[in-house]
Amino acid sequence: MSRTVVDCGFLALVDCAPLVIAREMGFAAEEGLDLVLHREASWSALRDKLALERLTAAHMLSPVPVAMSMGIGGLAVPIDALMVLSVNGNTIGVSGSLAAAMRARGVANDVMAAESVGRTLIAAAERQLRVGVPFPVSMHAELLYYWLGGLGLTAPQDLRVRTVPPPRMAQAMAEGEIDAFCVGEPWGSLAVEAGVAEIILPGCAIWRFAPEKVLAVRRAWVTAEPEIAIALMRAVWRAGRWLADPAHRVTASELLAAPHYLDVAAERIERVMAGRLVVTPGGAEREVARLVEFFDGAATFPWRSQAVWMASRLAARFGLDRAEAAAAARACFRPDLYRAALGPLGADLPGASEKLEGALAVATPVASSEGEMSLGPDVFFDGQVFDPEAPS
Amino acid sequence: MRLKIAVIEQDRDRALQIVDGLAEAGDGYEVAVIGDVAGLERRLKALDPDLVLIDLEDPTRDVLEELALVSGSTERPVAMFVDRTDDTLTRAAIEAGVSAYVVDGLRRDRIKPVLDAAIARFNLFSRMRRELDATKAALAERKTIDKAKGLLMAAKGLSEEEAYALLRKTAMDQGRKIHDVAAALVTASELLR
Repeated sequence: MSRTVVDCGFLALVDCAPLVIAREMGFAAEEGLDLVLHREASWSALRDKLALERLTAAHMLSPVPVAMSMGIGGLAVPIDALMVLSVNGNTIGVSGSLAAAMRARGVANDVMAAESVGRTLIAAAERQLRVGVPFPVSMHAELLYYWLGGLGLTAPQDLRVRTVPPPRMAQAMAEGEIDAFCVGEPWGSLAVEAGVAEIILPGCAIWRFAPEKVLAVRRAWVTAEPEIAIALMRAVWRAGRWLADPAHRVTASELLAAPHYLDVAAERIERVMAGRLVVTPGGAEREVARLVEFFDGAATFPWRSQAVWMASRLAARFGLDRAEAAAAARACFRPDLYRAALGPLGADLPGASEKLEGALAVATPVASSEGEMSLGPDVFFDGQVFDPEAPS
Repeated sequence: MRLKIAVIEQDRDRALQIVDGLAEAGDGYEVAVIGDVAGLERRLKALDPDLVLIDLEDPTRDVLEELALVSGSTERPVAMFVDRTDDTLTRAAIEAGVSAYVVDGLRRDRIKPVLDAAIARFNLFSRMRRELDATKAALAERKTIDKAKGLLMAAKGLSEEEAYALLRKTAMDQGRKIHDVAAALVTASELLR
């Protein structure tokens, strides 16, 4: 029987795993799909190819569909997020000299202490802090602005967030173009291994449950081909569930390590999946819970409140109307389709599609379609709670 | 006023191709090539181009995206070309693998000839690359087949023609390509050596 071809673009990052696993472990084939994966060189190329129908689906930075629906960047083509592909997965690193200056000031020996580490970083930075991120519209940039902005740095005077393609990140650090970076794994670890950076925090120290990548498609496509969209979501959700089993980490890492996917050593990928972070060139290692998460805690559910959080941050930065931005953001996250696709599979579904963001300090049971499910922790480093009904 | 065009391209031959193409398209262009992406922002600021051309597959594109989004009030606003109005031209550009960023307000009749020339050169270049790849692959295949023939001639005392006939017959019997059979033979002989 011939399978339906779905061309899906991705960037070489650990968090493209659900797509690779959906293909390689046969979850896509079981759904009647030939999921063809195309490695792309940049987020803008991936976005444009999706908008111009060269690709059907994409491994996309979570704020991009939100930004596009607000008219920020790219073509005016409505793009929807069918589901979240991964939560967390970024690391924040600083140059060797900045790390030394932070140590001289007695930096906290705790990679989750975002507030005190941030204050030490600000004190140690002698001039405008230049931080590299992979893309101007990204969770990387949002986390940095939220964290350092919250601690008193104003952009652009004190803080300059610059775009640096991840493969150039270590080089840009070595050449003194940037003082710090926030980047997805394995690139942070590779910079540490190259001896040019130390990791001071994982992204999840700033927001414990930050939606990182989404499965993005054109809204017009999902309207025209709902059956294929549902099949794709099921395959990817099954891949995420498979990835959640620690026994599968070795296999997953081997598959991802292939030259046409990440093209890095499998051991490095496995370390990230196991939540082990090497933070200094000397090899000091830290354990981080949910360094990257593909399934647990309803990780794949596209919460509209997450979309509204991103929209209200973007609206503030780009000077746009917040209510309009929130409405556009709600429309492009699709819990309606998620429920329709995954309910019949017996996936546990939360009762609501919006929630307070940042309210859960620990894993907390909430009402769900199967009775009870565990959500969180999802706190922000500063303890703020975001109410999507009254975005501030 | 002459249109200032910056071409971001690390491959020198390719950059020259594009520059030539633009020169053919008209003499109203001042073209600068940026071959090194370190300090890209600074160099672009110094050049202050009206139009920037870059390979769609260049990872550096995301840096331009930032310049397009956050150009301050003191700088000239930059828009991505593939954003509005001319869908056909946009598609042709994406198909050819070229992306362009233009300064806001630049007239379309000034953009189109530049884009047309760039698209033509990108298409020419990818055709040349495809041909080169095909030639390389064919040469490599022939080398393997020659090696396999040599092995058969030495091992079984066959003539060159007989050796080739044996390879071809085996390939046909097994429903494989001659090259695949030859490659298997070469690999096996290397293992047994």
